Amino acid sequence: MPLGLIMAKIFVDNIEYEVPDGKNLLEVCLSLGFNLTYFCWHPAMHSVGACRQCGVINFKDENDKRGRLVMSCMQAATNGTRISIEDPRARAFRAGNIEALMLNHPHDCPVCDEGGECHLQDMTVMSGHNYRRNTFKKRTHYNQYLGPFINHEMNRCIQCYRCVRFYNDYAGGKDLAVFAAHDDVYFGRQEEGVLENEFSGNLVEVCPTGVFTDKVLRKHYTRKWDLTSAPSVCHQCSLGCNILTSERYGGIRRILTRYNGDVNGYFICDRGRFGYEYTNSDQRIKQPSKNTDNSSQPLSTEDALHDVKDSIFSKKNIIGIGSPRASLESNFMLKELVGENNFYGGIPKRESDLVHRVISILHQGKVKTPSLKEVESYDAILILGEDVTNTAPMLALAVRQAAKNQPREKAYALRIPQWDDAAVRESVQGQTGPVYLLTTHHTKLDEIATKAEYAAPDDIAITGFEIVQQITRLSQSANGDESSQSFTASVARDLLKAKKPLIISGTSLYNTAIIQAAANIAYSLKDNGKDAGLVYAVPEVNSMGMSMLEQKNLDDAIGRAKEGGVDAVIIAENDLYFRVDRDIANDFLKNCHHVLVLENLQNETTTKADYILPAGTFAESTGTVVNNEGRAQRFYQVYKPSNEMRSSWDWLNEIRNSISGVHAENFDAVVDEMIKKYPELAKVKSVAPDANFRKGTQKIPRETARYSGRTAMLANINVSEPKPPVDKDSPLSFTMEGYQGVPPSPDVPFFWSPGWNSVQSINRYQTEVGGALHGGNPGVRLLEPSNENKSGYFNQSTEKFSRREGEWLVIPFYHIYGSDELSVKGPALAERIPPVYIAMNGKDLEKGNLKDGDHIEITFNQNKLSISVKSENTLPEGIAGLPKGFKETTGIEFPFWGRIRKV
Amino acid sequence: MSVVFSEKKLNRVKELVSHYPDGKQKSALIPVLHLAQEENDGWLSVEWMDYVAGLLQMTPIEVYEVATFYSMLNTKPIGRYVFEVCQTGPCMIKGSDDIIAYIGEKLGIKPGETTKDGMFTLKKVECLGACGYAPMMQLGKNYREHLTKEKVDAIIEECRKEARQIKEN
Ligand code: SF4
Ligand code: SF4
Ligand code: FES
Ligand code: FES
Repeated sequence: MPLGLIMAKIFVDNIEYEVPDGKNLLEVCLSLGFNLTYFCWHPAMHSVGACRQCGVINFKDENDKRGRLVMSCMQAATNGTRISIEDPRARAFRAGNIEALMLNHPHDCPVCDEGGECHLQDMTVMSGHNYRRNTFKKRTHYNQYLGPFINHEMNRCIQCYRCVRFYNDYAGGKDLAVFAAHDDVYFGRQEEGVLENEFSGNLVEVCPTGVFTDKVLRKHYTRKWDLTSAPSVCHQCSLGCNILTSERYGGIRRILTRYNGDVNGYFICDRGRFGYEYTNSDQRIKQPSKNTDNSSQPLSTEDALHDVKDSIFSKKNIIGIGSPRASLESNFMLKELVGENNFYGGIPKRESDLVHRVISILHQGKVKTPSLKEVESYDAILILGEDVTNTAPMLALAVRQAAKNQPREKAYALRIPQWDDAAVRESVQGQTGPVYLLTTHHTKLDEIATKAEYAAPDDIAITGFEIVQQITRLSQSANGDESSQSFTASVARDLLKAKKPLIISGTSLYNTAIIQAAANIAYSLKDNGKDAGLVYAVPEVNSMGMSMLEQKNLDDAIGRAKEGGVDAVIIAENDLYFRVDRDIANDFLKNCHHVLVLENLQNETTTKADYILPAGTFAESTGTVVNNEGRAQRFYQVYKPSNEMRSSWDWLNEIRNSISGVHAENFDAVVDEMIKKYPELAKVKSVAPDANFRKGTQKIPRETARYSGRTAMLANINVSEPKPPVDKDSPLSFTMEGYQGVPPSPDVPFFWSPGWNSVQSINRYQTEVGGALHGGNPGVRLLEPSNENKSGYFNQSTEKFSRREGEWLVIPFYHIYGSDELSVKGPALAERIPPVYIAMNGKDLEKGNLKDGDHIEITFNQNKLSISVKSENTLPEGIAGLPKGFKETTGIEFPFWGRIRKV
Repeated sequence: MSVVFSEKKLNRVKELVSHYPDGKQKSALIPVLHLAQEENDGWLSVEWMDYVAGLLQMTPIEVYEVATFYSMLNTKPIGRYVFEVCQTGPCMIKGSDDIIAYIGEKLGIKPGETTKDGMFTLKKVECLGACGYAPMMQLGKNYREHLTKEKVDAIIEECRKEARQIKEN
């Protein structure tokens, strides 16, 4: 228990317990490990007292023998609280309640996707209700088509209201609602169509029944108990949400949230949940190969290593290109292999400089960057230049929670307990606290913003610097500009008024001045005694890690190759055509003469490779990635593929062995080498237990205890059951045998506890409900500001944006579905990618005699792109927005000046 | 087809909205839906609901939530006479199930349906606060209490007669 908490003595079935005073009684009972049934209460959304499933008998004192029935989720645990969970009346009530809730519930568990991990099943068994007396006809509903992600089966609903509470109240959704009344209540859209909210996939976990289930899983369905799963980290943006990745028959079947009380909590975004299908793509590279312009010859691993040694390592100047989507270990091994001077971070200079700037601010600056979860605790927010819903989706969800903090204070002042969600919401009345947005155009968070302003990237930075001046002015003179209604004055005032102001920015506009302005604002708040926070979103899952290892960038490598300083290149998990202009990539690869690529999916770079080695994606690899917060996190290989796919570091280690006889024994040995060379990464060692970690003598099984079919699933190949593969790189095993208790927090492959088969079993892995996992939340922060840091403010070096005659400054627009390199290669996510467009202010369109939907041709450098226009009147004149990372825009380096012509 | 309120009704809407604090214009939803229902033969079409949503600056889905919740708001066309039979506990104990079944049989419709000639609609509703006179129903502005099959027969006949008279005049 944290220090400083006031404790209360409570009695549960006459046994005394010490619990935090005023906490919710249901939560307390669950934290104490009792099996108490519930539906509508959710650890992140708290109590509404709607389902009546959590009833217990409450006694006034020890002399009260009768007691009264109360809903435990609507009570506080205070000194002397006396309840009985086991009282026969309470038991009968709970069993009767579930019988009533299930009057219309179909008998379809065997064909229900929720079966085997269903909270309703668990609660039914737990309540003791085991015989149905209802012989009447059940009411039935029509189901809706809800898009590619979610399946709808309304008959299974038990009216707990969790779905709408999550979707609307928590995530800001607008297109899911509850219709009708009594036994006809319907949860759905107003008409069939795609559920639009970016977090809709969480309904799968939030809904305690089989109403909302994972439609992508359905394409290759497997019961929970038949999945092989590993703790993993989402690779689809820089936040590094924790996930559980599951496999059967050599394919990834689904992704669930892996609770991390410091990072993503109970939720993940839809890009993370449904964006894994590329791992099963038929574009996967599964075998080493030797390639010429018109032939491709598969190679065995031995032959490949041999050939690579002869034809690549016989060359003199060999360089390596790392990648922000490859692990620290893979980048490190490549650097080892080619040598310090020959390794380059795999991103263009523009991006590299920004990421390095962010790292130095988080490291040498004086303001702390909070974790994703901590973002929810700030009470005033300013976002500079970042469309977080699309660049770092879960950050937007966190901002939505933080926005509720100030208005909620008023509810708490009325002594409404924090957990009483209905009452808190009633008193808040949908108000939001100070959230200011300064972006290039309208973004989705505008709907909760106190004020949103739009400006050119440079002007965003300039306004940022003005906010610093306003803060100084306000804090220096008691009668500062109190009355000014200007944007900068309001921002400064509200940030100074807040207890914990937070500045959010990022690299998405490729603008250094914005990053610096954000730092200056945070510094000035800190200098005014504020507990300020500063968050940057960066481009990719390991942008931070790769940049911590390497200063040099892709442009440096391109320059060197141009001058003839390269004889061969090794590229690890990086499609150069995604990063730079096609001509530049073509020239570079030609100038490198010999090309070895380690990659997971075929792409343009692999078509230019002499040798290709099949690298695992996050699903077939083990490694460490560093998120935007500087938190190093471990992800584990989920299963052993039947082909040659493996971690890039593993390949590179084998190559090193073949050329120099130096061989790291396993993953830990690679980490050891790495931290020896780079002491600033020393903490990576403690991110997760070593491979030789055992619970007793046992490894941690990736398979559940009731995993089925092991003896039969490969019988078509060999009737005798093969020996399970050995995992030398982690404490996890590829079997069902092993330690059955709660593993160390970074190594939890699935959540399960006796009686708790659904995701709700997370309660059993936490020190207290909603708190840290046993042993602390996973991940280690590598960057901490120090109090000695007297880092100076950045000078304002930007000029105001001025538009050019006949030219447009084209900036990137981001899309949760479309801007990420890999997730778009899965069919479900691809369905959600909007058609490509170029956005311009309506006035600019008018001047150019254009209207929405017209086709234009945009010319830049030597490129031409033909595309339809879309008006976006919030975008400043003279600026155009083009989606980043789409098929049509891949490789474009933003921002750029382009000429636009009607066609 | 686009639907609009008359000037007079719009003023009434304004007046209703003024009962609530600024920015809480949504609170006037139910009375405004009643106004809309009056304009549209006693039921709310999607057009009317969307129009009301626009007037009160709400999303249409929020209006549908409310309109489908209350039995006093109809989202399908209704007949000239609407039998709103209470089905809550006390009425049920006193035989409302039988009454509902009887009306249904007699008129050839199920609860929620309207007879082909547009004369009658049968609805099940929740307690109307007349439990002492159970089983009961609401017909237009009046309560009909202590229902029996005979009484139901008489009520149906009474309605038919009234309708005939109106037609003749
Ligand atoms: S759909 Fe699921 S979450 Fe929503 S009310 Fe029904 S059971 Fe609860
Ligand atoms: S927010 Fe980013 S890291 Fe988190 S689930 Fe979504 S894509 Fe993955
Ligand atoms: S969990 Fe307590 S009433 Fe639903
Ligand atoms: S129960 Fe029918 S009027 Fe009250």
